[in-house]
Amino acid sequence: MELTEAILFTITTAATPLLLAAIGELVVERSGVLNLGVEGMIVMGAVVAFVATELSGSVYLGAFSGVLAGCALALLFAFMTLTLVTNQVATGLALTILGLGVSGMIGENFVGQPGIKMDTITIPVLSSIPLIGKLLFDQDLIFYISIFSVFGVSWFLFRTRAGLKLRAIGDSHGSAHALGITVIRTRYLAVLFGGACAGLAGAQLSLVYTPQWVENMSAGRGWIALALVVFASWRPLRVLAGAYLFGAVTIGQLHAQALGFGIPSQFLSALPYLATIVVLVIISRNKRLTLMNTPASLGQSFVPDR
Amino acid sequence: MKNALLTLTAAAVLSLAAGAAQAATKICFVYVGSKTDGGWTQAHDIGRQELQNHFGDKIETPYLENVAEGPDAERAIERFARSGCELVFTTSFGFMDPTLKVAKKFPKVKFEHATGYKTAENVTSYNSRFYQGRYIQGQIAGKMSEAGVAGYIASFPIPEVVQGINAFLLGAQSVNPDFEIKVVWVNSWFDAGKEADAAKALIDQGVDILTQHTDSTAPIQVAAERGIKAFGQASDMIDAGPETQLTAIVDTWGAYYIKRTEALMDGTWKTQSTWDGLADGILQMAPYTNMPDDVKQMAMETEAKVAKGELHPFTGPITKQDGTEWLKANEVADDGTLLGMNFYVAGVDDQLPQ
Repeated sequence: MELTEAILFTITTAATPLLLAAIGELVVERSGVLNLGVEGMIVMGAVVAFVATELSGSVYLGAFSGVLAGCALALLFAFMTLTLVTNQVATGLALTILGLGVSGMIGENFVGQPGIKMDTITIPVLSSIPLIGKLLFDQDLIFYISIFSVFGVSWFLFRTRAGLKLRAIGDSHGSAHALGITVIRTRYLAVLFGGACAGLAGAQLSLVYTPQWVENMSAGRGWIALALVVFASWRPLRVLAGAYLFGAVTIGQLHAQALGFGIPSQFLSALPYLATIVVLVIISRNKRLTLMNTPASLGQSFVPDR
Repeated sequence: MKNALLTLTAAAVLSLAAGAAQAATKICFVYVGSKTDGGWTQAHDIGRQELQNHFGDKIETPYLENVAEGPDAERAIERFARSGCELVFTTSFGFMDPTLKVAKKFPKVKFEHATGYKTAENVTSYNSRFYQGRYIQGQIAGKMSEAGVAGYIASFPIPEVVQGINAFLLGAQSVNPDFEIKVVWVNSWFDAGKEADAAKALIDQGVDILTQHTDSTAPIQVAAERGIKAFGQASDMIDAGPETQLTAIVDTWGAYYIKRTEALMDGTWKTQSTWDGLADGILQMAPYTNMPDDVKQMAMETEAKVAKGELHPFTGPITKQDGTEWLKANEVADDGTLLGMNFYVAGVDDQLPQ
């Protein structure tokens, strides 16, 4: 029992940054914008959160600074793609490269320094439920936010008027504009939300996952988050399932190795990615269902014609 | 720009032909990681700084960080060769073939590749006998571990890493014959998150000592959090776990870099293949901390014996994992076998990825 609990705990730590970054990107894509700069925003969030924590001594101030850093990069992206109408794919890629470079520069003097780890917040009573109690109710703040954001985003997108407008923009920005919905402003806000989530995901990396800063510490998690959004066919609850499935396979393969199963480790390391591909194939077989959820204006620039 | 490059190259060739370099000699370094990674690359960069301080104005030591192994490496090395570097150190196993390729195109430039096994007319290979340090760590683990099981976070199944695993286990078994190790391959040299996950998985499965052949300090941090002991890798990682690190293998490349640069300057540079260890100071052990005095005593004695050549970690009788005999009693492994090591010794609870 103790081992199961320990494994599950490790899985939540591994899944949280993926979940946060993916849920942010989901909102961005639902509004019809494709931001490939998730990796760059995560890594900026990580470095700024770490440096701010070191300088101020407060992990919460640090995490908040990480969120702001993610927003700052997102704002740059929004200005480029929405106001200056640059190509979204190219700008997103540039954002990633920029984030990786700038973060290395900011963090240069902080590499390898032992950081401060964010404490867990224990919720009384609930945390004493056997097995899941500690897992769900004795975690750090960022974990709670990640879970809350899934349900929050789900509620926002499918139960509120503003969410309906956002989806309308993502499906047909021309029609939405004709109806008098403010396309550009909504997209700005969506992109900023995506940046905040990615920044927080980065803060989780440098304050909870491994409390330290090393260059390039996002190690491709931004790309996995992007894949997760497609994997989840733009549905928040499926992002939750996908992130945890991915985390489980990642951690599971390490345990399988430590147990000494005779499976080649290279295969095990590739397993999470193989699982993603398999699910993608299964999902995309049902064309109608896929089309129904895909934002039709995804990745297209919008210039109001009058 | 092109003209400037041409002039630079021409100048380099001329100065070589003249035999005495008037301008500063360029000694260049290609790194796989960041120079402040706290581990492998940082150790090389400290060596580079020692080299620079030793020669002062007489040399320049440009370096490139975060060069990926593979095609990118070839471009980076070639860029250095073109820009007038006279001696290029390429400091990762995966740079071996790219180094040889570039060396063929630039026969006048000298190259030194770390931890590989191929050489050429103008390519030297240099390496450190890390396994000596691993053997000492194994002995400490054998004494310190109550569970009798250590966790080993490994990067890639190359001979250097396999040597380390075997040496660690042999060291541990020399004090506790039933000692076992669990190996987890993360297939990366540097991924803090993955290394931390591997450390957690190993600890969850009951190991009470961790050692790593990856470069970040994340495993030591996890060990500290969970209250077990661990060993540092490539650099002294005591800052990451003041009450956790038992000792660390510290790579000290500076003396070697100075020696080779001197050879280049006085024209005695020749291709060779060096494999130095504790005796030559290229490998040092970080202070023995967080252990009882008798264990410390034992570790220091072993270190002295290995350095003097009285004790070789790979001395028979040693059986391979598959049960066949590898070394007879008192037989010592030859360097060739060690450099190409692709098998486990008996007692490793893992199947070697091939």
